[in-house]
Amino acid sequence: MQHIIITPIQVQHKPFDMMLTCPMPKFDFDVITLGHGSGGLLTHKLLGSGVFDLFKNDLLDQQHDGASFSLEGNVAFSTDSYVVTPIFFPGGNIGDLAVNGTVNDLAMCGAKAKYLSLSFILEEGLTMDDFWKILVSIKETADKAGVKIVTGDTKVVEKGKGDKVFINTSGIGIMHPKAKIHHNNIKAGDKIIISGQLANHGITIMSLRKGLEFETTIQSDTTALHDTVMKMLDAFGDNIRFLRDPTRGGPASVLNEIAGLTRLGYQLRQSALPIDPQVEGACEMLGLDPLYIANEGIFLAIVKADEADEFLSALKQDSNGIHAAIIGEVTKANPGKVVLNSSIGGQRVVGFLPGEQLPRIC
Amino acid sequence: MKFLSEYRDPELARQYFEEIRRVTTKPWTLMEICGGQTHSLVRNGILDLLPDKITMVHGPGCPVCVTSISVIDEAIHLAQKQNVILCSFGDMLRVPGSSKSLLEVKSAGADVRILYSPLEAVQLAQQNPEKEVVFFAVGFETTAPANALSVIQADKLGVNNYSILASHVLVPPAMEALLSDAENKIDGFLAAGHVCTIMGMEEYYPIAEKYKTPIVVTGFEPLDLLQGILMTVMQLEKGEYKVENQYARSVQREGNRLAKDSIGKVFTIGDRQWRGIGSIPQSGYEVNDRYKRFNARLKFDLNIPLAEENKACISGDIMKGLKKPVQCPNFGTLCKPEHPLGAPMVSSEGACAAYYHYSHTGPAQTI
Repeated sequence: MQHIIITPIQVQHKPFDMMLTCPMPKFDFDVITLGHGSGGLLTHKLLGSGVFDLFKNDLLDQQHDGASFSLEGNVAFSTDSYVVTPIFFPGGNIGDLAVNGTVNDLAMCGAKAKYLSLSFILEEGLTMDDFWKILVSIKETADKAGVKIVTGDTKVVEKGKGDKVFINTSGIGIMHPKAKIHHNNIKAGDKIIISGQLANHGITIMSLRKGLEFETTIQSDTTALHDTVMKMLDAFGDNIRFLRDPTRGGPASVLNEIAGLTRLGYQLRQSALPIDPQVEGACEMLGLDPLYIANEGIFLAIVKADEADEFLSALKQDSNGIHAAIIGEVTKANPGKVVLNSSIGGQRVVGFLPGEQLPRIC
Repeated sequence: MKFLSEYRDPELARQYFEEIRRVTTKPWTLMEICGGQTHSLVRNGILDLLPDKITMVHGPGCPVCVTSISVIDEAIHLAQKQNVILCSFGDMLRVPGSSKSLLEVKSAGADVRILYSPLEAVQLAQQNPEKEVVFFAVGFETTAPANALSVIQADKLGVNNYSILASHVLVPPAMEALLSDAENKIDGFLAAGHVCTIMGMEEYYPIAEKYKTPIVVTGFEPLDLLQGILMTVMQLEKGEYKVENQYARSVQREGNRLAKDSIGKVFTIGDRQWRGIGSIPQSGYEVNDRYKRFNARLKFDLNIPLAEENKACISGDIMKGLKKPVQCPNFGTLCKPEHPLGAPMVSSEGACAAYYHYSHTGPAQTI
């Protein structure tokens, strides 16, 4: 076993810097180099003196090529890769996203996440400081969500071949016994509910992009939603017909996807959409539609009509649902389409985006 | 949201619709000049709620749509040069040139960046002295002052590795071209509020007079548009052809003098090729002699052959208001935002894209 010397590190206070609760162990290198992905001594040092200790748990401690365990009941399995620029942003960093994103994907299946895998592709030159901050975030976010990191991998690519850090997480979760979440269960008359304000994550990231910087106090909404979802499933069971976290592409893309699959219409009310005034202002300024912008801490639920009000008031009691709202309903009319009733009484179709939303000229 | 929600009030909108219905006795064809207005009309579902007698046709006021294919080829040519950073407003990236778009050359490794202001491009040039930074200066009179300012700034700071590929187009000559077209059907105009915020209203008086056509300078919010439509229809019903200002909270008769001054310092007026319409005399800005060292065309000795438009695209007829996007045989079939045949399908402010994305009459019904 290698002896680990723990020294506290100096944390620079950038506007959205986080306080590290776990001090970084002393490494004899300041930046990631190709050697750290070689599988040799440097890899061993990096993992041995940092990662394994930080994420310590019975399954990881097996130190095998994978984790072996047994599970009871139905499980859900999901995977996602995380790429974001910048890697640190108000409200979180790529590490939080990598845990919460997969936890939420499982939650949308009706499962409570239990185990995660964690794989990094690091770009040569990433500072150990930044890498450590990300690792600590992952640890804290995983602890908070009650999931264990049980296996992982680290590769390093040459400078210029990556973008600081890419993360993949896969997760296994135990299905809630009452969960029956599938677009096939959606019926005309069901209500469309959103659990929180739209576009906070996407606008936060955009406000930091080079060339677009603007000041806001908006933060990414990244958070784990599985406890909220489990609570709602306890109470409403199969009256929750469908769940999805509207990440990239936003609720418009989710609804278009299920509109195509169900051949039902999805009618939204513009005036009911919960949007922070700052986000609304940024969208106006940039010429972007908040319905297509990414979120990392809200879910869209389709709920049986006569349970919808009760579902909403229960959701509003939860810290992840304070801004929840019924934003529309499923209809027989307009099959296969998402239609928005504009605030002045007109209607428009909300279609799929042809590509990335691009800020407009004027 | 303050300063927006006031102009989206459902009750006031209802009253405007009612009033427009009440005053309209004859069929009228109105053109909104600006793509932003088209976008707002379609996005808010206003077109479906207007009386049948009123036909809105969607004018040429989307810079993405009218920038000629050859200018896009020029930008692509520059972007592919080894030492060039090409900076552009976001929505120019997807527009196809004669063979590809800026987005495609960016994917292939060209250094193409989306910026919000040309002044940032000057900064970029300072930060990258070994590179040539070119700003793709498209747009109507609205974007011209900032583009001019970037040149003045670069000159002042001695930034020699900065230049602009200017392809500015001007609204009044385009309106005249439309009105003098033999097939013209336009009875009245909603002029573009932001263009007039810069340029003022003086240029429009002779046009209204000469062609006996009312022109109402109009904003972009639903109530702006409804009021603009009402004011135009009221003039038409009375047989008047005045220039009126609906967008008085932003537009002054003389415009913005400072902005006009910077335009005057840097640009000279010349003929300009409009995509889908052809060459319109005296309808564009080009960098003048005093600042010619910031003119990317001269700096890089650009000599790109004039490219042909895709013949299957009827964008000219659409921008002249002769046809609606849905009347194009290729609309939503061969021509979609993901593979546009012509520019109006590219920009979110292009008439075809606006119909495609938002309209009930569009193919979105069959998605």
